[in-house]
Amino acid sequence: MIYADNAATTRPSRAALDAMLPLLEEGYGNASSLYTLGQKAREHLENARAQVAKALNAQPNEIYFTSGGSEADTQALFTAARLGEKQGKKHIISTKFEHHAILHALDALEKQGFAVTLLDVHENGLVTAEQVAQAIRPDTCLVTIMTANNEIGTIQPIAAIGAVCKEKGVLFHTDAVQAVGHIPVDVKAWQVDFLSLSGHKFHGPKGVGVLFARRGLVLANIIFGGAQERGRRPGTENVPAICGMAAALTEAVEHMDADRARVTALRDRLIAGIAKIPHSGLNGDAVQRLPGNVNFCFEGIEGESLLLLLDDKGICASSGSACTSGSLDPSHVLLAIGRPHEVAHGSLRLTLDASMTESDIDTIIAAVTEVVGYLRGISPVWRDLQEGKRSYVIQ
Amino acid sequence: MLYSEKVMDHFRNPRNVGVIEDADGVGEVGNAKCGDIMKMYLKIKDGIIDDVKFETFGCGSAIASSSMATEMIKGKPVSEALQLSNKAVAEALDGLPAYKMHCSVLAEQAIKSAVQDYYEKKGIPHDSALFADLECCHDHDHGAEE
Repeated sequence: MIYADNAATTRPSRAALDAMLPLLEEGYGNASSLYTLGQKAREHLENARAQVAKALNAQPNEIYFTSGGSEADTQALFTAARLGEKQGKKHIISTKFEHHAILHALDALEKQGFAVTLLDVHENGLVTAEQVAQAIRPDTCLVTIMTANNEIGTIQPIAAIGAVCKEKGVLFHTDAVQAVGHIPVDVKAWQVDFLSLSGHKFHGPKGVGVLFARRGLVLANIIFGGAQERGRRPGTENVPAICGMAAALTEAVEHMDADRARVTALRDRLIAGIAKIPHSGLNGDAVQRLPGNVNFCFEGIEGESLLLLLDDKGICASSGSACTSGSLDPSHVLLAIGRPHEVAHGSLRLTLDASMTESDIDTIIAAVTEVVGYLRGISPVWRDLQEGKRSYVIQ
Repeated sequence: MLYSEKVMDHFRNPRNVGVIEDADGVGEVGNAKCGDIMKMYLKIKDGIIDDVKFETFGCGSAIASSSMATEMIKGKPVSEALQLSNKAVAEALDGLPAYKMHCSVLAEQAIKSAVQDYYEKKGIPHDSALFADLECCHDHDHGAEE
């Protein structure tokens, strides 16, 4: 099997498992308990907090452990909204291609009377700091823009946007779920007030994430209970998962330079190979892009059948077609970068990691080429395109 | 698994895939915008479907539904093919997920559309009400059971 869906989730690393297993088997104490077993768990928890803080260039008391990226996103947005509301500021700026954790939280805030501006992300999948500066109004309380897009991997100019927000006195949140562990992240240099991350996107476990909140920003609770995480995120801490995530993150940061270079080379080999398929188009900027992300649209075919046939060849991938999501519309990300519906249905995302080899990449290229060719052979849309009865969108 | 073994079999090894150049009736339903189009080609001799081929742009269940539907009408009288319901296609595939039922509807409609084309080309009188609700992407609801 070739696992090429690392943006969906990653295989837990040895380091993550080694950190977790003893805590599941022996060190199972509640970190709030006074006896030694509990206090040992507390030590592990605080060590993990220090590790995560170091990886982000934050302070340990700015790190809140959550159940994952979606919870961190929701809490960041609701916190900024509550803080804004107190000053009579009820306008939020974001982009059209955010993760649904952000877009749906914004929907909820709109129902509470907030106004939301979603910035255009252009054909290359990038927003600019100038767009943000122009969109900021006197009543803007928050800008929330993802560090890297989960589907097309484009990396936004977060430091430049952070500088704009700082200058205008607007809170800035970034969903860095796809970026952390893959590219350098620095909350101080970026001047972000809130940042979300998720453990399972960098070879840590599922069900655990982090909300970074700059010191002085009091989080609004979205879960109520005890005093854990200074009362801002109650619930008994999942110490094994938190420690697994911290171990995976520490390892990812240590190996980042080497892994990035290696995975970027694999990515570019894959892009070059797939680009040879006629009427295929890369989605998103080729340079401002996560090391492991490859995303193409193919004319004349539909994504789900492509995924099923790749699965038959042992290749795990994903698509932005409507059929893979169970909804009528294809990926909002592909629509946001201007892909028409009929082409967005024929998309394929392959996301790589450092364990892959050039031979894996060549196997994927051969498989995708064969399957796209086969599906086009039975497609009436492809026939129409070839016979000139329909126009190609991708030349 | 998302699909039954039968769906996967018809998806992996679709029956009657291709084109009939001198078809007596051709029907196309669906919309590329919605992610599925089915095209059916019929060869009809003495009121019997002598040959049938299809081309499909769509998901696994769309390809499997087209394949199964062609098998169910091949060698049958045209009048019988018109009776083929989407439920019968889905049942023959050992079921489809609820949000994929529209794929079987498209298969039923593709056949009706091809028969309608045959009737019109040959000037065979027919009840146009039979073909009243053909196609249209925005009428079907991917989330509902048909």
